[in-house]
Amino acid sequence: MNIVSAIKARLVIIVPYIWLLFFFLLPFLLVLKIALSDLEYGQPPYAPQFSFSDGWGEFWSKLTSLDLENFIFLIGDSLYINSYLSSLQIAFVSTVLTLLIGFPLAYGMARAPDGLRPILLMLVILPFWTSFLIRVYAWIGILKQEGLLNQLLLWLGLIHTPLEILSTNKAVYIGIIYSYLPFMVLPIYSTLEKMDESLVEAARDLGCTRIGAFWKVTARLAVPGILAGCLLVFIPAVGEFVIPDLLGGSGTLMIGKTLWIEFFNNSDWTVASALAIILLIVLVVPIVWFQNAQARATEQSR
Amino acid sequence: MRKRWTWFNITSVIFGFAFLYLPIVLLVIYSFNESRLVTVWAGFSTKWYGELFRNQGLLDAAWVTVRVAFLSASIATVLGTLAAVALVRYTRFNGRTLFTGMVYAPLVMPEVITGLSLLLLFVSINFARGFWTVTLAHITFSLCFVAVVVQSRLVSFDRSLEEAAQDLGCPPFRAFTLITLPVILPAVISGWMLAFTLSLDDLVIASFTSGPGATTLPMKIYSQVRLGVTPEINAVCTLLIGVVTIGVIIASLLTKSREVRRRRDEQAALGNH
Repeated sequence: MNIVSAIKARLVIIVPYIWLLFFFLLPFLLVLKIALSDLEYGQPPYAPQFSFSDGWGEFWSKLTSLDLENFIFLIGDSLYINSYLSSLQIAFVSTVLTLLIGFPLAYGMARAPDGLRPILLMLVILPFWTSFLIRVYAWIGILKQEGLLNQLLLWLGLIHTPLEILSTNKAVYIGIIYSYLPFMVLPIYSTLEKMDESLVEAARDLGCTRIGAFWKVTARLAVPGILAGCLLVFIPAVGEFVIPDLLGGSGTLMIGKTLWIEFFNNSDWTVASALAIILLIVLVVPIVWFQNAQARATEQSR
Repeated sequence: MRKRWTWFNITSVIFGFAFLYLPIVLLVIYSFNESRLVTVWAGFSTKWYGELFRNQGLLDAAWVTVRVAFLSASIATVLGTLAAVALVRYTRFNGRTLFTGMVYAPLVMPEVITGLSLLLLFVSINFARGFWTVTLAHITFSLCFVAVVVQSRLVSFDRSLEEAAQDLGCPPFRAFTLITLPVILPAVISGWMLAFTLSLDDLVIASFTSGPGATTLPMKIYSQVRLGVTPEINAVCTLLIGVVTIGVIIASLLTKSREVRRRRDEQAALGNH
């Protein structure tokens, strides 16, 4: 094979590879660089700026002017640390709640009659396709002080004064659970659907109670699906912006929102970049874990 | 043992779906509300839809969004399919681990990071922000979704068919388009649709990478939502939901009829032997 045809055969790899290197990896290196730069008033608002006309000496002097100042600033201000901790806490609690709602749904779907299952599956996937923003927006009208939920509860006589849900962390939990529920249901459903029912039967024959068989067999076999679902909810929830911004209140601290405010309201690109880097470091373990699980699943289906 | 659908299962499915659909249904219902107060029902009316078509800013934003979505979905589908082929067919090449990482990472990457990093790229190469920057950003993150969707179909495809064609003298690219592409086409189409709706939907990445004159519909909706819930927004959202729902239903019917036809063809082929 000559070189030209070898390159042609490799084009399949080269084209998307170069695209991702340029539009995915390079931008990350830029975030890192700007996180280490100093804030400057101007356009763009950071220094130093590298340019190709720089000589080597100038390049080096600019390189050495990078420092960890922004990170020290972040550690010094409790606002940022609290944002990280509160993001992790909100994401964790919502993931657990999503699992508690999503598992029975996936379990019920997996046991539905054969003819009904494809329709149920389609119904879970459909909200995926409708806008995230719209689905979050729909909850504002339900949760606000004079909203539909309070009207219903007042009418039923269950409460006498309207509940305050919108603009609190409760609304954020509801928003995350609602938006990410399909991400939890689908992986669990696919593990449960493949499960061999005779295993549960065997456990029952050997004297297991119904709950015991469920716990020892069904739940154990569903673990890969549960893990995948939890990661798919937890990782994006940590960096969520739209939900805390629209449903949460001024007291809702989440790192995605803090980053947005630093960038758009305070125009502090260097601090926003440093926040992004730390967010990435926090998420790197779950992301790598998720990738390995994905790769393993693909290998297995070969 | 037959799988039993107990009352517990039925209840949890009903509650789950009620939770998933009730908010959307309420939103649609209240878009037909006569009253400007969103939570008070004052009779059926379609006046907010009429209002929409007189709102030039909204129409402009919708047009920008559709163009971005169409263009980015089409390019992302080509690149994503290539990436899927690379992942499935080439198990060994230099930097495969990095490549796999770059394909999977954007799936779970917080949008604020993707948006910020792409903006910094465009600023540092002095690329004027606007229509094209949003499109490039959308191509980048949706190509990964396309790659995953196509990959899952490609993994189960029997490659010997394509090799047979090549043995009979068909050039590789032609063998791919003649044999493999028709088989993975449903996955490619659903990849395109996924990319299209992802782009239609995106607020965060578009806000970072967009510039003057390229306000997308989600950006427009977001800026109005911040001021409060209005029936006009309910109407826009209802239209968007309607378009997407119809699209998904048509697509699934198409794949289903393809599947039925394929099965019939297979059976006919078996019958002839």
